[in-house]
Amino acid sequence: MSRVLFRLLGAIPTLFGVVLATFLLTRVLPGDPAIFFAGNPSMDAQAIQEVRQSLGLDKSLPQQFVIYLRQLAHGDLGQSISTGLPVRQELMNRLPTSAELTVCAFLLALFTAVPLGVMAALKPGSVVDQLCRLVSTLGVSLPTFVTGLLLIYVFYYLVGWAPEPIGRIDPFIALPPKITGFLLIDTLLQGDWAAFVASAKQLVLPAVTMALFALAPLARMTRASMLSVLSSDFIRTARANGLSWRTVVITYAFRNAMLPVVTTLGMTFSYMLGANVLVEQVFAWPGIGAFALNSLISLDYAPLQGFMLVMAAIFLLVNLVIDILYAVIDPRAELER
Amino acid sequence: MTAMRERLRIARYLIAENPVNIVAFGLFVLLVLAAIVGPLISPYDPLTTNTSIALQPPSALHWFGTDQLGRDVFSRVLVATRLDLFIAFSAVLLSCAIGSIVGALIGYFGGWLDATVSRGVDILMAFPLFVLAMAVVAALGNTVINVVYATAVINLPFYIRLARAEINVRRTLGYVEAARVGGSGHFRVLRVFLLPNILSPVVVQASVNLGWAVLNAAGLSFLGLGVRAPTPEWGIMVAEGARFIASGQWWVVLFPACALMVTVFSFNLLGDAVRDILDPRLRT
Repeated sequence: MSRVLFRLLGAIPTLFGVVLATFLLTRVLPGDPAIFFAGNPSMDAQAIQEVRQSLGLDKSLPQQFVIYLRQLAHGDLGQSISTGLPVRQELMNRLPTSAELTVCAFLLALFTAVPLGVMAALKPGSVVDQLCRLVSTLGVSLPTFVTGLLLIYVFYYLVGWAPEPIGRIDPFIALPPKITGFLLIDTLLQGDWAAFVASAKQLVLPAVTMALFALAPLARMTRASMLSVLSSDFIRTARANGLSWRTVVITYAFRNAMLPVVTTLGMTFSYMLGANVLVEQVFAWPGIGAFALNSLISLDYAPLQGFMLVMAAIFLLVNLVIDILYAVIDPRAELER
Repeated sequence: MTAMRERLRIARYLIAENPVNIVAFGLFVLLVLAAIVGPLISPYDPLTTNTSIALQPPSALHWFGTDQLGRDVFSRVLVATRLDLFIAFSAVLLSCAIGSIVGALIGYFGGWLDATVSRGVDILMAFPLFVLAMAVVAALGNTVINVVYATAVINLPFYIRLARAEINVRRTLGYVEAARVGGSGHFRVLRVFLLPNILSPVVVQASVNLGWAVLNAAGLSFLGLGVRAPTPEWGIMVAEGARFIASGQWWVVLFPACALMVTVFSFNLLGDAVRDILDPRLRT
C-alpha cells in the first residue's frame, strides 16, 4: 500500500509539468483572447484593455501562471467563451459521454484481442492465427476515421442495421434523467428498455471502430508473448511432469504471458484517448473530444486547456492502475521500476 | 563489407520467406513514383471544379468518380501522394535527427541535463500523443509545416529514449574508453564511435514509425487542422467525403482512404522487414 502511495507521489512532478505545459501551450495560441472575449473586434481599445485587465492578461507570464494555479486549486478551469459556461461544468457534462464510448471500446478490444492472441499462439499457422494476423495488420493500417466511415457505409447505408450516426441516442427518444451520465446505465436504472436499446444501438459502431483500432497492438502482443512463454523451460517441465495441457496453458502460461500485454495497455489507452477525438468527429458523438476540437477551432483556449489537463490526468491515472495491476500479476515486480 | 553481405543475405531470405514483402516493396516504389511524377501525369487538374459533373460514380472518364465540386477524385488522390509522403518523411526525419542527437547527448553526459530532459520527455508522454499533436498545431498555427512539427514532436520521445538507452550501455565499453585514452574529445567520441553504432536501432525505429506518422498527419487534417480545404490531401479528402457516405456516395471517401491504407500498410510491412534485416533479434 505504501508503495502505491509512493508511486502516487512520484506522479506529482509530472502532473505539475503537465499543468505548466498546458499553460504555456495555450498562451502561445494565436489570436488575442481579450478581443475575443470582448465579443466584437470593432470595440474601442479602452474596452479591450479593460477586458484584458479583468482576465489578468496584462500581467507577466509567471504571475498569470500563479493565478492559474490558484484557480486550478479551487477546481476552477475558467470560462468557455463559445458556450459561456464554466469549463469544469462543460467537461463534467461531457466526460461520461466519452468515457462510456472509450470504456466500452476498451473492454471490447481487450476481450477480443486476448482470446484471439492466445488461440493464435496455441495453434500457430492455423485459421485463427491467420485471422489474428489479418486483424492486427488491418487494425494498424486503417485510420480510425476511415474504419468508422466504412462501417457507417456498410451497416447504415447498405445493410441498414445501424441507426443514423448522429450522436448518442435517437433525438426522438426522451433522455433519461441524468444520474451517472452513462446513458446505458441511466436508462437501465430508469427501467427504460427502449431507450437502453436505442442508446446501445448508437454505441455499437463507434465502439467497434475504436476497438478495432486498439485490438491490433493487443492481439499482436498477446500472441507474441504467449508464444515465447509456451516455448520456455518451465512450461516444458510442467508438461513433462504430467500436468494437463489445460492447467499448463491457463494457470502457468497465461498469467506469465499477460505481463507484457498489461504494459502495452497503457500505450494502447493513450492512442485510444487520441483516437477518441477522431471517432467522436465521425459519429457526431457529443463528448469532450468534439468539445475540445470546437474550442480549438474557435480559439477558445480555456476549454482546450481543461481538456488537455483532463486527458493527461486520466492517462496518468490509467498508468498508475496498470503499474498496480502489474504488481498484482507479478509479485516480483517492484512498483518502483 | 561482410556485414553488408550478411544483411543482403537476410534480405533475400526474408523476401523468399514472405512474398508479401515483395508486394510491400513494390507498393512503396509505386508510392514514391506517384509522389515524384504524380502532378505531371494526373489526367485532370486536381483543383478545377465543374459542378455540372458533381458526385458522379467511377466511370471510364473519371476512374475514381468525381467529388461534390466535380473534381476528379483520381487526380486528387494521385497528386495528394506528394504532400502526404512529404509530411510523413520530413516529420520522421526531423524527430529522428533531433531525437537521437538529444538522446545521445543526455545519455553520454548524464547529470542534470539528463534529469531535466528526461523529465521533459516524461511530461510529453503524459499526454495522449494525438491530443498533444492537435494542441501543437493549434498553438503554432494552422499550416502544413506545423503539421510536420507536430508529428515530429510526438515522435520525439521515442527517439530520445531509444538513443539515450543505447548510448548509456555503450559509453563505458572498452572501445569508447580506448578512444578517450587515445585523445579523442567527448564530441568526437560521440560522432565517430557512438552515433554510428546506434544508427541501426534508430533506423529501425524510424521505419516502424513512418506508417504511424502518415496516420497522424492524416488524422490531423481530417479534423481540419493543418492542410486547408482545396489542397488535395488524403485526410482532408476523407473528411470532405464523410458528409456523403451516409447517402451512399462511397467513392469520395473510399479512394483516398484506400490510398492511406495502402501507404500505411506498405510502410508497416517494410518497417518490419527493415527491422528484421538490421536487428534480427527483435523478430516476433
